[in-house]
Amino acid sequence: MADLTKLTALELSEKLDKKEISAVEVTNAHFSRIEELDNKVKAFLHLDKKGALEQAQDVDRSRKENKKLSKLAGVPLALKDVLTQKDVPTTCGSKILENWLPPYDSTVVKNLKKSGVIILGKTNMDEFAMGSSTENSAYFPTRNPWDLNKIPGGSSGGSSAAVAAFFAPLSIGTDTGGSIRQPASVTGIVGAKPSYGAVSRYGLVAFASSLDQAGPFARTVLDCAMLHEVIAGHDPLDSTSINEKVPDVVSASKKLEIKGMKIGYIKELSGSGWQKGVINRFNESIETLKSLGAEVREISIPHSVYALATYYLIAPSEASSNLARFDGMRYGLRVDDQNLSAEEVMNKTRAKGFGKEVKRRIMIGTYALSSGYYDAYYAQAQKVRALIAQDLKNAFKEVDVLISPTSPTTAWGLGERVNDPLAMYLADLATLPPSLAGIPAMSIPIGLADEDKLPVGLQIIAPFMQDDRMYQVAATLEASLKNKWNGLLIDSIPDLKVISHG
Amino acid sequence: MGNFETAISKYDPVIGLETHVELSTKSKMFCSCSTEFGAEPNTQTCPTCLGLPGSLPVANETAIESTIRIGLALNCSIAAFSRFARKNYFYPDMPKDFQTSQYDEPLCSNGYLDVVVDTDEGSKTFRVEIERVHLEEDTGKLTHAGGSTGRIHGADYSLVDYNRAGIPLVEIVTKPVAGTNEFAPLVAKAYVTELRDLLRGLKVSDVRMEEGSLRCDVNLSLTPKGAKEWGTRTETKNVNSLRSVERAIRSEIERQATELDNGKKIKQETRHFQEDTGSTRSGRSKEVAEEYRYFPEPDLVPIAPDKNWIEKLRSELPEQPSIRRARLAKEWGFTDLEMRDVTTLGAVDLISETIAKGAKPAAARKWWAGELARRASESSVELTSLKISPEDVARIDQLVNEGKLTDKLARQVIDGILLGEGNSDQVMEKRKLVVVADDSALLPAINEAIAANPDAAAKIKEGKVQVVGVIVGAVMKTTGGSADAAKVRELILKTLGS
Repeated sequence: MADLTKLTALELSEKLDKKEISAVEVTNAHFSRIEELDNKVKAFLHLDKKGALEQAQDVDRSRKENKKLSKLAGVPLALKDVLTQKDVPTTCGSKILENWLPPYDSTVVKNLKKSGVIILGKTNMDEFAMGSSTENSAYFPTRNPWDLNKIPGGSSGGSSAAVAAFFAPLSIGTDTGGSIRQPASVTGIVGAKPSYGAVSRYGLVAFASSLDQAGPFARTVLDCAMLHEVIAGHDPLDSTSINEKVPDVVSASKKLEIKGMKIGYIKELSGSGWQKGVINRFNESIETLKSLGAEVREISIPHSVYALATYYLIAPSEASSNLARFDGMRYGLRVDDQNLSAEEVMNKTRAKGFGKEVKRRIMIGTYALSSGYYDAYYAQAQKVRALIAQDLKNAFKEVDVLISPTSPTTAWGLGERVNDPLAMYLADLATLPPSLAGIPAMSIPIGLADEDKLPVGLQIIAPFMQDDRMYQVAATLEASLKNKWNGLLIDSIPDLKVISHG
Repeated sequence: MGNFETAISKYDPVIGLETHVELSTKSKMFCSCSTEFGAEPNTQTCPTCLGLPGSLPVANETAIESTIRIGLALNCSIAAFSRFARKNYFYPDMPKDFQTSQYDEPLCSNGYLDVVVDTDEGSKTFRVEIERVHLEEDTGKLTHAGGSTGRIHGADYSLVDYNRAGIPLVEIVTKPVAGTNEFAPLVAKAYVTELRDLLRGLKVSDVRMEEGSLRCDVNLSLTPKGAKEWGTRTETKNVNSLRSVERAIRSEIERQATELDNGKKIKQETRHFQEDTGSTRSGRSKEVAEEYRYFPEPDLVPIAPDKNWIEKLRSELPEQPSIRRARLAKEWGFTDLEMRDVTTLGAVDLISETIAKGAKPAAARKWWAGELARRASESSVELTSLKISPEDVARIDQLVNEGKLTDKLARQVIDGILLGEGNSDQVMEKRKLVVVADDSALLPAINEAIAANPDAAAKIKEGKVQVVGVIVGAVMKTTGGSADAAKVRELILKTLGS
């Protein structure tokens, strides 16, 4: 039998549907690979083999009884450890939540279970989703399967690495300022951040409430769309959830036609300071899109240059409040060594339980929200946020989608930016404007950089609740590149069994 | 002059009231948990009101509607766009370590409530202006065990009940009220009374101060007569009955006046009212402005109430309490004083319902403002919390009128009802409460009483019939109050041949 771990979600789905393979076989195949190779990648924080196999048996039973099953029933998935799954550890990559067992399923997990998607385990991440390299995990860093000495991106680095390492055909990440798109870009896979409010945040442990959005990772655009469809939809438990029909991203991913489509590349998001290999691949993509019949032109998003400053006021402000509840009073870590007062327990628990980057952002946020500073920082940032959103809105009067490189560089070396938070923050430069505007954006692989032979990603941005548009462009470009490369970019990834840490 | 009068002769008080009202919605403010009072601790909770990681709030629409109705009844303007805000501070009774409240965008603002107080020159109306009415969530309830103060500092351990966490709470804040002079304590009390009746009329809250569904903080500052600038204010918490509102203001006026007389400055601080002494004690200093880092709640969409809906709510408001009371006083034939008395007791609705069940207005008032008010006060609960219904009271009154109960027996029936022994008839049956009117049953007791009171008997024989009360009283005593007094009187006169 073919190696089941090398198949796409769609291929697995078709074989499962024809009963050529069982969900239990698929699940076991993936666990075998994880057990053999995850010691190199370290994508998972927790494996739920028992739960996953039970789920797989249920799916097989239902299929035997010829019950109507959803398309992805029996297909395995890796879940970012920031989403609650009932009775399965959910740590958010933090010591403060070590051993916490949530008593409830997040809506994303509920939707996955309802569709019969098999949840293999929880993936590593930067603590509370704060970071771009997964090195801020309180447990261990995750490695990039393209080069084990490189970072897999972040904060959803465990989820991107799991898919790139063929531990699962699908995974779920969350994206606050680029935490799906940047890891997808540096691991050569597809990742999408849906429109804000399209996927319920109920059960997503909040980093920055007005920006957080869960989304899919996959190795193909169509797989990504199929997962997108499963997790999106209105949820009465999330006040900010959009009560509208989910854009038909699956049909859009099958169109493979962009003739006459207007595409704008963002003037401010490329050029000097950006890695040459990234720019080369990006320029080639522009040519490819043109050759596919699209009208491509430059568009300016003038306020996008303030996106980084804006984001690093709004996100930490919200985080400082969202993370207040981790105080040792009700769950998680509690430092109570010697007859301490409630206040001392809170202080000591937080001092011990949070990592450096989390503390850094709590401090920035606390400062920005304080009276006397609020107007100059938080309130001002909200104004700039509105201007960036308006710029993007204006741009969409002229073009159908916008593009940019997903990240200024390819994957960097582990440890390289750990002591330079600002360099780390720059990885999000291109992904921040759509986050601040709440509009959908995705990253697809467009080749390897000449210098380091590491993957480069293209960001495609669409207007609010027009997620289907970006999928259409992504799928069309993917088909063209696949043709050119005789396969997907990920097919050229080095064999994990052979490579090792340097 | 007493301390209070002296203080008022030198200083003008400025009062302000912040009232918290627990709404009587079925479910909590941001989740679907029950709000029922008195359940086992921590049984009415869910991920959202426990603030578990990942949980999210969804606003209770009924609570928003109730708040808007309160705002309309208080003559407020209703915001076209309103948002919730996070009030950030660490405390173990707050599951998220921030309270979801409202800050600079409250649902309702700029209203007023007119209140009436009795003065030597007749009744006087004061207008209390309302600054804002906003909606927020309640915190959990802490119980501190061990230690002498009952406060968190010094406690051995503390217990938290999150059943209360997330119950919708409306905060009604007045503007500073100046110019009330010696009436300041009465104006404050009248305001809370009026507000309570208004809320009760709107059916938005149980408004039970002893259960904490209506809680009051009073602000007070003194301005030396003739001075232009107001003095430093204190905020007194824990003022949990109407009487306490009056006492707290009075004692704080006296305290501040003494401080100022002694050349001291008033500290801006939170003070706590103590029921037992009627005075306030110092709490947290507020000289350093508190840092709550308010910001708009990103987990909740803004509220933009539809104008037509607001107008509909306005048109459906019940009659204003003051107008309703004037109408009822006229209908029932109560004097102003009697009406004010039953209003303060919170008995207007109870009397109205008792009358509806057949009692005469005067009788309904007698029971509620008399015997039952005494019982409520004895057990420190409000009249509305007594486990006796207007129907019970109407039936008792009927039984008394029919001669089937004496006043004394009626009190025993009330005992039984309050103890949960059933309705009036069931209690009478169980306790075998019957009026004795039978000659043969009464005569031995009458003869005994006559023998024991020879002087009175002699006077009656001489025709001084008014002395009969002495012997009637003696008979009632020996029969345990069960005798039919009219019948006893008749038999005594007959026996003594008068």
